Formats: sequence, C-alpha cells, structure tokens
Amino acid sequence: MNPATATGMSFLALVRQSWHVLATIGPGVVFIVIFLVLPSIMLMTVAFMTNGPYGLPEMPFTLQAFRELAGFGFLGWSPGNLYTLWRSIWQTAIATSLVILIAYPIAYYISTRPAHMQPLLLLIVIVPSWTNQVIRAFAWMNILAPGSAVTNAAYNLGFLSEYMGLFPSTFAVVLGLVYNFLPFMVLPLYASFQNLDHRLIQAARDLYATPVKAFFQAVFPQTLPGLMAGTVLVSIPAFGMYVIPDLLGGGKSSMIGNLVARQFSDASNWPLGGAAAMIMILATLLGLLVLRRVGRRAGGGREVVL
Amino acid sequence: MNAEAARRSPAAAEDDGRKAQGDTQADTGSAREASSISLRALRKTFGRDVVALEQVDLDIRAGEFFTLLGPSGCGKTTLLRIIAGLEQADSGVLEVGGRDILSTPAHRRSVNTVFQSYALFPHLTVRENISFGLRMRRTPPEECHRRVEETASFIKIAELLDRGVEQLSGGQAQRVALARALINEPDVLLLDEPLSALDAGLRTELQLELLRTQKRLGMTFVFVTHDQEEAMVMSDRIAVLNDGRIQQLGSPEEIYERPENLFVARFMGHTNIYPVEPEGGGDRYASPFGTVEISAERTGSHMLLRPESLELLPAGETGTNCFPARVSERFYRGAAVEYRLECGRESVTATLTNRGQTHFRVGDEVTLALDTQSLVFLDP
Repeated sequence: MNPATATGMSFLALVRQSWHVLATIGPGVVFIVIFLVLPSIMLMTVAFMTNGPYGLPEMPFTLQAFRELAGFGFLGWSPGNLYTLWRSIWQTAIATSLVILIAYPIAYYISTRPAHMQPLLLLIVIVPSWTNQVIRAFAWMNILAPGSAVTNAAYNLGFLSEYMGLFPSTFAVVLGLVYNFLPFMVLPLYASFQNLDHRLIQAARDLYATPVKAFFQAVFPQTLPGLMAGTVLVSIPAFGMYVIPDLLGGGKSSMIGNLVARQFSDASNWPLGGAAAMIMILATLLGLLVLRRVGRRAGGGREVVL
Repeated sequence: MNAEAARRSPAAAEDDGRKAQGDTQADTGSAREASSISLRALRKTFGRDVVALEQVDLDIRAGEFFTLLGPSGCGKTTLLRIIAGLEQADSGVLEVGGRDILSTPAHRRSVNTVFQSYALFPHLTVRENISFGLRMRRTPPEECHRRVEETASFIKIAELLDRGVEQLSGGQAQRVALARALINEPDVLLLDEPLSALDAGLRTELQLELLRTQKRLGMTFVFVTHDQEEAMVMSDRIAVLNDGRIQQLGSPEEIYERPENLFVARFMGHTNIYPVEPEGGGDRYASPFGTVEISAERTGSHMLLRPESLELLPAGETGTNCFPARVSERFYRGAAVEYRLECGRESVTATLTNRGQTHFRVGDEVTLALDTQSLVFLDP
C-alpha cells in the first residue's frame, strides 16, 4: 500500500466519522445554538444596553440595568428587587424541603406495593400535572378564596381573620409550588426505592444498627441519587416560577420570574429584565454547585448530582 | 478478638486459638467464650401454606464449625436468618450461650453474618465498612482505628483499607465481609454461602483460609452451603436439611459413609442405590444383582454401594457377593479410574484408586465384588 492510498483511506474514514458525528448530534447542536445560545447572547447584550425613552433598548452599553436591579433608581436606593431575589430563594428552599418530606414516604410506599399496583399509583401522582398549570392555579384560588370550606376551617381554627382568604399569600405560593412539583420528586425517588438493595439494610441491622440508624446508614444513602435528582428537578423550575406567584401570590410574594416578566411587559425595561434574567441564571448555577457539593459529601465522595 | 493471634505466628495461634481469643478479649474488657446454640421446636412458615422450617431441634456446640447443608429452598438460609434475627420464627426456642434470644432484635444479638453477596456498603470505604459494627455500638474512634488495623492485618487486607468497595475483586470483597463481621467478636459467626460467587481455585483457597481462621479463633461458625464437598471439607458436623426438616446430623464421615435415608444418600452424591428385600433369614437380601449376604443384621429397603468400596475382579471369579458385570464406560481421572458397569439390568459406578494396576477396557467382562463392611442399608 503506497502512502497516497493510505491518506485517501484515512480521509475517507475521517469523512465517515465526521458524518457520523454530524448525523447523531448535529440536529441537537443546531437546535441548541438557535434556541439557547443565540437568545442567551442577545439577552446578555440587552442587559448591558440603555433603556430608551420608548421602552426599547438602545446604545450605549452601560451598567445602568444592574444598578437598577440592585435598587438604585431615581428616588434613591430601595431594596425591593433584592427582596424579590431573596424571597425567591427562601420560598424555593421551603417548597423543595416540603416536597422532599412529602414525596419521600409516598415514593417508599409505592415501591412496597405489589408490582401490578405500582404503575397505577404512580399515575395518580402524575395525572394532575397533565392539566394546564394556569387552570390548576385557578383551582387553588377557588379552594383558598374567602368563604371556601378550607378558608372557613382556617378561620374557625383561629389562623385567619374574618372575610379574609388564604390567598393571595406566601402560604398560597408555597402550597402551589409544592403541589406543582411533587411528581418531579416522587418519580426519581421511586426509581431509587425500586432499586433499593434490601440486603444492605439487613447487613446494617446485623451489625448492630437500630432501625432508625439502619435507615440513615443503609436506606438513605441509596436514595440519595434520586433525592438529588429530584431536588434539581424541583428547585430550579420552582426558583424561576412565574405563573404560581403571579396568580396565588399577589404583590408581596412575587418571585424573580415575575420581576423578569414585568420588565418585558408592563414596565418595558428590557435591559433590567435581561439583567434580572442573568442574575437568575447565575443563581441557578450557583445552586447547582452547592447541591453538587452537598451530594458529594453525603454520598461519601461519589458523584451523586450531575 | 485477634490482636494476640495476629501478632503470633499462625502456627502458635492455632495451637491455643481459644486461649488467644480469651486473652485479647480480656484486653478489651469483654472476655467471652465461644457460644453454643440450641434450637428447640423451631417453626417458620411463609404466608399460609409455605412451611420453611418444621419443628427443628438442633444443638450446635461451642467452638464448632457447623454446616447447614441442603438444596435451595430447604430452609437452611431461613434457619440462619432466624439465628441472626433477620427473620422471625413462628414458635420455638433459640438459645445462644444459654440465653433465649428469639425475641431479641437483630441489632442487640451478638451474632454477625457474612452474607452471600457480601452486602458491603457501596458508599463507604473498606475501612468504614469494617468499622461499621463498632461505630454503631459507639466504640471510641481510637479503639475503632486500632481494631480495624488489627483485624485487617489478621485477614490480610491491610492494604485495601482505604479503597472503595467497587474497586475490590470477589475474593477481596469476601475477605472484607469476613473482617466486617469478625471485628465485632460475636458469640457466633453465621456464613451464608460466602464462597458461592467465587471461581473454583479461589474458592478452595478461601475454604482453607476460613477453616484456619475458625480454628485459630475458636469461634462458633455456622456455615450454610448447598455444596456437599465444601461441607465435608470444612465442617466438624453437618446437618442435612430438606423440606424444612433435619434429615441427618453428624460428622462428615457419618453423613457420607452412613447416610440414614435416600435423600441424604442422593444429596451426598451417591448414585449406586438399589431396592432390596429380605430373603429368608435376617442376613440375606434379594437385590437386583442377586442374593446379597451380610454378616451383621441390618434393615432397610434400599442398599447403597459406595463407588470407592467396590472391587473389580477378572471375569469368572465366584464367591459370596460377587456378581458378573460388563464395563460400559471408563473415565480416567489420574488418581482414580471410574468405571460404569452393567450388572444385570442395573448400572453401577465403581471408582478404583490408580495404583498402577492394569485397567479394564470398555466391553470387558468383570466380576463385581461387594464389600459387606461398607454396604449401607437405607430407609426411604
């Protein structure tokens, strides 16, 4: 075989290889570039532009939007936006914690049912999410409105003054978030429970672990990957949630998603909206890093998240 | 448990294994003798009609290597799990070291198990796995550390301590599982087919290692297996189980050479089993080969011929208990030669030690001579 044919062969192989790469990940890459990379670049560009007199972003590039986001406006400094960011964080944290507490026993229970019952029980958990989010939020508005059975019960128990509703309130927002994201925690946890190695529980019991210790030493570590996956699936969309705080929250419970949305609609301040969206993405990435570290520590050095 | 033993030469430790155990336990302030186990009328059912164990009575002596042998589903693992406390018996008495522990939860029993699949905790290192039992009992960290090092060097896995469990080979995982159980100095160590996942060579090696460990520590070992050869090699005594009942209890020699019923005989690998009927007096039996005469009085509906007790003579030899036969197959095994014979309508296997004698060939007419001393009579 002479060198020329060898090069020809390798060139052909290269073409075949590139074609293979293109055919497999090509469409995905194109999609991501058009619908994620380009819009993100546009968003970031807008965030550094000036808000023009007619509500459209204009040149020159400034840090004006970030200053506004931090609270420096015409009337001096106000903490409103920072409050919104902080509120998003803690409402997400509380909702995610509640989702974990509720989903964990549900997932365990389903995994212990006879095999033919499990798909049905999972379906019951998932079915509500087949309905439009807005419709479900409106349903909660009815349930929590003044005069409803739940509201009357809350009034009779002394949690509420007369003629008040349970919404709009922070309570309603957290409730809505928990309700909305529960399936996203149940499913990965169920998968973990289904693969649970019961022999490890017995080994722990055999090695002097009380039932409670056996849970934390042998069961919990095994469900950690599912728990972490569920936490990511719940906390990230919850943090950017728009519909639920908008409908159930009222002005005092709005989250950063609402802040962003307002800038692109009523307030017509695209640079501020872009800046807020950027901060939101950064906060999400930071949250993922924290989760990753927590997961790695709890999982004994193994990668549990991502 | 093994600090002394680990420091001494294995031979010295083996001489006074039990003494060494006592000494080191005194060091840690919990002097403990090996414990006996006593089961009375133990019964276990699963659901309504699956009987796993039916009225099991059993005494396991202190410091004994005891094996529960039987086919899968015979109840041997259930019995082991009841002793460990991982399964609840329906009724009966379970005493370890003279104390009834049937109602004691697993975590308060001084009994540890080496599981069939090892059941090592994948999220912990080897060191953390081994120290698990000590940590659960709130042993001070310095003592944990010291005992892990001692046990690891005793089991010869010191270099594995800081590895993850996924990085272990089968044999290493088996040793770690053993160390994880032994470090707790239990009254009794339970082993649930601990070698079944290993390949043949490693298995033989670990069998001997396990046996030496048991002798050195003088600890009571209860071993579960379905492999009769493994059971014979390792055990002081064997209980053969089937259908939730103990079929026979005895030393490996007793079980192999004098099985008491057809099940035990077949399970121990015997194939030369033939129905017999008394013929006239008490010392003559009608067998498929012809009349068999025995010296001592024995009863049973079946006769068992051990392949290695049979003698093959040239054709034409006559005498009591000699029958004409023909070689139908021959397997040369080096140390022994195995013959399949046709004797009347029956097939007989005879194993002859290879002492350099001339071997018979397939098709040869021979005389099969039974040794009345090693004839075994069985009931079904």
